[in-house]
Amino acid sequence: MLAFLDPIKDFFLQMFQAASPQEKEINHLFLYYNILGLLIVITVTVFILIGIIKYRYRGPGDNRAPEQSFGNIRLELLWTIIPLFAVIFFLVLTIRTMNRINNPSVGGQAPFVVIVAHQWWWEFHYPGNDVITAGELHIPVNQRLLMRINSADVIHSWWVPPLGRKTDAIPGRDNYQWIDADSVGEYKGRCSTFCGAHHSAMLISVFAQTENDFSTWVANEKKEAATPTTLSEIKGSAIFQAKCCGTCHTIRPLSGGRVAPDLTHIGSRTTLLSGTLPNTLSNMKLWLKETQKVKMGAHMPNFNLSNEEIDNLSDYMEALK
Amino acid sequence: MSSFLKINLPESGTALPSLRSVNGLLNWLTTVDHKQIGIMYLLSGFLFLFVGMAEGALMRIQLIIPNNTFLTAFEYAHLFSMHGTNMIFMVLTPIMLGFVTYNLPLMIGANEMAFPRLNAFSFWVFFLGALMVYFSFLAGGAPDAGWFSYVPLSDFFYSPNKGISYWALGILTMGIGTTGAALNFIVTTLTLRNKGMKFTHFPLFVWMSFLNSFLILGAFPVLNSNLVMLLFDRLLGTHFYTISTGGDTALLYQNLFWIFGHPEVYILILPTGFGIMSEVFPVFSRKPIFGYGFVAASSVAIMLLSFGVWGHHMFTVGYGTAFNAFFSATSFLIAVPTGIKVFNWAATMWKGSVRFTTSMLFALAFLVDFTTGGLSGVAFAVVPTDWRLHNTYFVVAHIHYVFVGGVIHGAMAGVYYWFPKFTGRMLNEKIGKLNFWMFFIGFNLTFFVFHFLGLLGLPRRVYTYASYGMPYLEILNMISTLSASIFIGSFFVFLYNIFYSLRHGKIAGNNPWDAWTLEWYTKSPPPPKNFNTVPMARSARPLWDFKHPEDPDWKRESKQKKERL
Repeated sequence: MLAFLDPIKDFFLQMFQAASPQEKEINHLFLYYNILGLLIVITVTVFILIGIIKYRYRGPGDNRAPEQSFGNIRLELLWTIIPLFAVIFFLVLTIRTMNRINNPSVGGQAPFVVIVAHQWWWEFHYPGNDVITAGELHIPVNQRLLMRINSADVIHSWWVPPLGRKTDAIPGRDNYQWIDADSVGEYKGRCSTFCGAHHSAMLISVFAQTENDFSTWVANEKKEAATPTTLSEIKGSAIFQAKCCGTCHTIRPLSGGRVAPDLTHIGSRTTLLSGTLPNTLSNMKLWLKETQKVKMGAHMPNFNLSNEEIDNLSDYMEALK
Repeated sequence: MSSFLKINLPESGTALPSLRSVNGLLNWLTTVDHKQIGIMYLLSGFLFLFVGMAEGALMRIQLIIPNNTFLTAFEYAHLFSMHGTNMIFMVLTPIMLGFVTYNLPLMIGANEMAFPRLNAFSFWVFFLGALMVYFSFLAGGAPDAGWFSYVPLSDFFYSPNKGISYWALGILTMGIGTTGAALNFIVTTLTLRNKGMKFTHFPLFVWMSFLNSFLILGAFPVLNSNLVMLLFDRLLGTHFYTISTGGDTALLYQNLFWIFGHPEVYILILPTGFGIMSEVFPVFSRKPIFGYGFVAASSVAIMLLSFGVWGHHMFTVGYGTAFNAFFSATSFLIAVPTGIKVFNWAATMWKGSVRFTTSMLFALAFLVDFTTGGLSGVAFAVVPTDWRLHNTYFVVAHIHYVFVGGVIHGAMAGVYYWFPKFTGRMLNEKIGKLNFWMFFIGFNLTFFVFHFLGLLGLPRRVYTYASYGMPYLEILNMISTLSASIFIGSFFVFLYNIFYSLRHGKIAGNNPWDAWTLEWYTKSPPPPKNFNTVPMARSARPLWDFKHPEDPDWKRESKQKKERL
């Protein structure tokens, strides 16, 4: 019967997706606030509408001379004190929710993952597991994990809406935030502080995995890069070294650059270029061929590779599972 | 043949042409008259409004469909940086200064500002600064780090073109002018007001302008010093904001910027929004403002509190619970005096005789839209909500509801209200109603959907959104862009109304609205010397007292006071 409401319901569900206790806290508080806000807007609007309908000037015959009154102290006090109580109520709710989201306090604890934001990609370093990767964050599900967030260049902001609050990544400053997914899945996020031309292409994928899947992933990430097997891959590996790609990119054990994303296991990721392109062979070729077209202003120079070189290099990249 | 050139001397008896005696353009360029300067502020404000609207329109066209290639990421960054800068510093600020410069002396019964030449200097310095910012387009690239140009993105290393240097220099120049204007307003109010006009007799517009000038004096020097440091970093190689020197230099810039930035919001809305509302509602309800004392006192509260709320722009920078809780509390608190005003304006209409002039319609729309904008603003005082909504389209919705729903609605109400005084002719009411309805519907359709975009997770300042993979972005952006055309259309109707009414408008007379403040006592438009004689102000409504000697406000006020006691 109420089927016609389904699209509206879906619309609101999309806006209030939550997959972590933090985000649920935020959504609840926001809901309470919206109820208050709606009440106020409706009260004001109804008050105005009644006022202007009841006391409207009814044309030239209307010779009412309104009483020249200057106000009413009691009413004034009423609408000073009631809002005052409302804001005090919300201040208390705010502080309590804030403390629950940031609980426990982070003083002196070792982070589970260190996130370093760059123009325009994310580096993830798991100090406990000795893993460095880029673009896609993997976490075990149902654990409250500490992230340390900072930046290598300008200000960025870490934000995965279903997983709760955002925190700015500020150069020269370590910020901390808890991350806590309550079900397995992939969660999409994005940078939310303008960080240069490609701000809009700075996406985040968080994979919340079971403990087992997560350990398998860590075990794979800890391995050194796969040895190239086909002729094309071997050529690709040689190009990687000849063109000095390793100055910026790490492929363990070939190189150790930290300026650009770690490529040791790039073939195992689902996306390229911080989530903007699916990780396919053709997209890899497109990126190597038309670097500045795919992402104008990207910091990777165009090496003017020949088509054959691009094919070899792409084969090599995609084999780095 | 004579070797002498023949020189035609002017006939004796005719004066040599001088700048002073020539009317027309030269007169405007050299004037120190507060009315002409006020009108020039307003004209340049509305001129830049059209420029800023064009920038907004280009951005909306880019966003109408996902993956649009109408603009590149770089062009989009230039456009939103200039749109924000343009609207805040070159539209809302001069419109505010224009209304105050024109009306303040008239409303307090003065013939001129205290420092007429400083007044002219303020305007020209503002205009020069605005042109300087726009000159960056020709000088190798517009600013591209947003209207608040956070470091380190605005440092030379990350933004090597000249745009941000011109931006900082231009805004610095404008800031000098604005500070001068504020000093001028304060001295004018204090020294040149009508004999007998006590502080409790100020029209509320004068109250707002007076308080506002103190806000300017507190806020703009902070902005200017911040800009000087940014400029020195960029041009002279100093290290005020160099990250590697240690310390939270990136956050130092943010703190200084928002210590200016949040009072700036109130600077823009106090006279143009709150001041004009407090004039328009009583006049078109035919009764005095409800709770004069509360409206004035709540503005004092806003003025003081506004210097203590800047931190709510920085809840996501990681300053910790004490910082967040403090600024959450102050930001909640400042909502109370703002709310008081909304209730007072609504109550002013109660038991009145409400006239639906175009000016009044804009004022009514102000009440609804500004209340919405105010409440969406308090959502950012709720810290956890801010953690979710900060830097999303929800913020974009909020600032447009405050600046357009608040300030521009106020400015439109003000233009329709004072146009008869400015020009001697009434604006056409029929075209005015069309203007209002297009404005109201277009504005709300364009910007209300931004709330939803923000909640869905769309960050602000993105030039395309397809790769986010969220549903509903396409349809909402489409609605917004299409509605924007109605909204922009309303300004062309407004422009047409002005040109039409300048020729064909009804002759206004001194006081077409039967209003009660002193500017309506003199001719429309006022002669260069505003008043030869002026009624003595013994209440906030001197012209009411003048017209109703049998029942003046000052008698009634003292009677009501006695009854209350």
